[in-house]
Amino acid sequence: MSRILMSRRKFLRAGAAGLAASSLAGCDQFDFLRDRNNGVRQAMISVNELTFQAQRLLMGRDALAREFSETDIRQGQRPNGSTNPRTDEYLLMRNREFADYRLEITGMVDRPTSFSVAELQNMPSRTQITRHDCVEGWSTIAKWTGTPLKAVLDQVGVQSGANYVLFRCFDALSNGLSGPEYYYETIDMIDANHPQTILAYGLNEEPLPVANGAPLRVRVERQLGYKMAKYIKSIELVASFENVELGKGGYWEDRGYEWYAGI
Amino acid sequence: MSDTSARSDNAARPKGRLIYRQNLVTRLTHWVWAICMFFLLLSGLQIFNARPQLFIGQESGFEYNNAILEIGSRAVDGQRIGYTTVFGQEFNTSGVLGLSETPSGPRLRAFPEWATIPSTQDLATGRVVHFFFAWIFVGTLLIWLAFSLFNGHLARDLIPYRRDFKNLPRDIADHVRFRFTHAMTYSPLQKLAYIVVLFILFPLIILTGLAMSPGMNAAWPWIIDIFGGRQTARTIHFLTMAAFVIFFFVHIFMVVAAGPINEMRSMITGRYRLSPTRDDDAEISK
Repeated sequence: MSRILMSRRKFLRAGAAGLAASSLAGCDQFDFLRDRNNGVRQAMISVNELTFQAQRLLMGRDALAREFSETDIRQGQRPNGSTNPRTDEYLLMRNREFADYRLEITGMVDRPTSFSVAELQNMPSRTQITRHDCVEGWSTIAKWTGTPLKAVLDQVGVQSGANYVLFRCFDALSNGLSGPEYYYETIDMIDANHPQTILAYGLNEEPLPVANGAPLRVRVERQLGYKMAKYIKSIELVASFENVELGKGGYWEDRGYEWYAGI
Repeated sequence: MSDTSARSDNAARPKGRLIYRQNLVTRLTHWVWAICMFFLLLSGLQIFNARPQLFIGQESGFEYNNAILEIGSRAVDGQRIGYTTVFGQEFNTSGVLGLSETPSGPRLRAFPEWATIPSTQDLATGRVVHFFFAWIFVGTLLIWLAFSLFNGHLARDLIPYRRDFKNLPRDIADHVRFRFTHAMTYSPLQKLAYIVVLFILFPLIILTGLAMSPGMNAAWPWIIDIFGGRQTARTIHFLTMAAFVIFFFVHIFMVVAAGPINEMRSMITGRYRLSPTRDDDAEISK
């Protein structure tokens, strides 16, 4: 009898310890990690570099993202993030159906050039049915048509020492003290020259709609949606993105997301 | 009073031998995994909250329905409720899922604040925590596997042999009656449980995690096919997590039921006291 009492007491004691441990869960014990400048958080986010190197090693330069068939397109491409930029500059252009839009290519290039959408459309195009993966966890399959970024970069001549392609955009998701905070993104030269990296002007056989980034958005098929800048205003070839905005290489990167979004 | 009688009881009873059961690598990897699973679970629920639905197939249906689970909130007669829909069957889960109370008022979110890291909605931080511990988890698994092959842990303790299968029915009967023998080796059910965790659930949760990565999809295209699509992989990842939660509760229950002091000691110092054998009885009666 006494042995049973003992084991029950042990049982209760262990149970109480377990409860105490589980009440630790969540709450706000680990909310210090929300602070983007916290040292522990910064140490943790540095494994993103390991993820980047490991995936690059496994996939090599030109491994392709899965391409699907027409029958896999079962719905429209869900728009997300900015879906309707309201800046004067963009609205003016949009009213003229982007007739006077020109994509500026500047920075570390031999021949800084600008392209109209028609000029890009006259270059060889690529069409691909791919899966768009949002960082939130959902995916949709759609058909994208555009000009391979490599072809455009070959025309302007990328200088040695240029390590990143910087996309500056018309849309601003937030307003800071010094005005609208415009979307921007950077990818490295391997992704920039990847055969599936295109400046898309068409979606599911239609001109790219405003909600999905008209007149141009980039497709970077081996990464998540936030790398694929919409409403592209200009492209700049840079050696580093340290001095661009908050220095993390993108709008969401500046707000705590990983620069390499292959995962 | 019961204490005294218990002590004299103990003194009268023979004690089994104290053996060195768990080597350092087994103990260290066990606790590193425990810490990893804690952070992976709670940061994973944070990530899930960004899209609290599970789908079957390559993509997520927005213009058609391929969701098998959805957690959300909606108004019923002017009153907000939290709901969880599983295979089209809706359950009111107000208070926990979809709608939960916090000191600063009700929150409309899938998993409540006490179940996520960080507590409030912050996908970026959830991802940072999740991928950090995912790397440690996988690294620890590789270290464990290398050592366990080398030091005999795998062959000696985990691989079931013919006698394990033969003893399985009796072991089940013993477990049902809460009669535990502390032997040199794991019991057949124990072996089975650990093998399922180490060689089925661990690889499954790692591979389904990688199958969600667009980078890994390009590197290993087969990884999407073995699970039947990225969104199915995400669903399996979630279900494997649920299997781990069930394992956790059974594991803790078994530790408590089988003798928490002895079981905990074996995982901390490595020393484990066996059940007294006939030989031990003979020692005492001499």
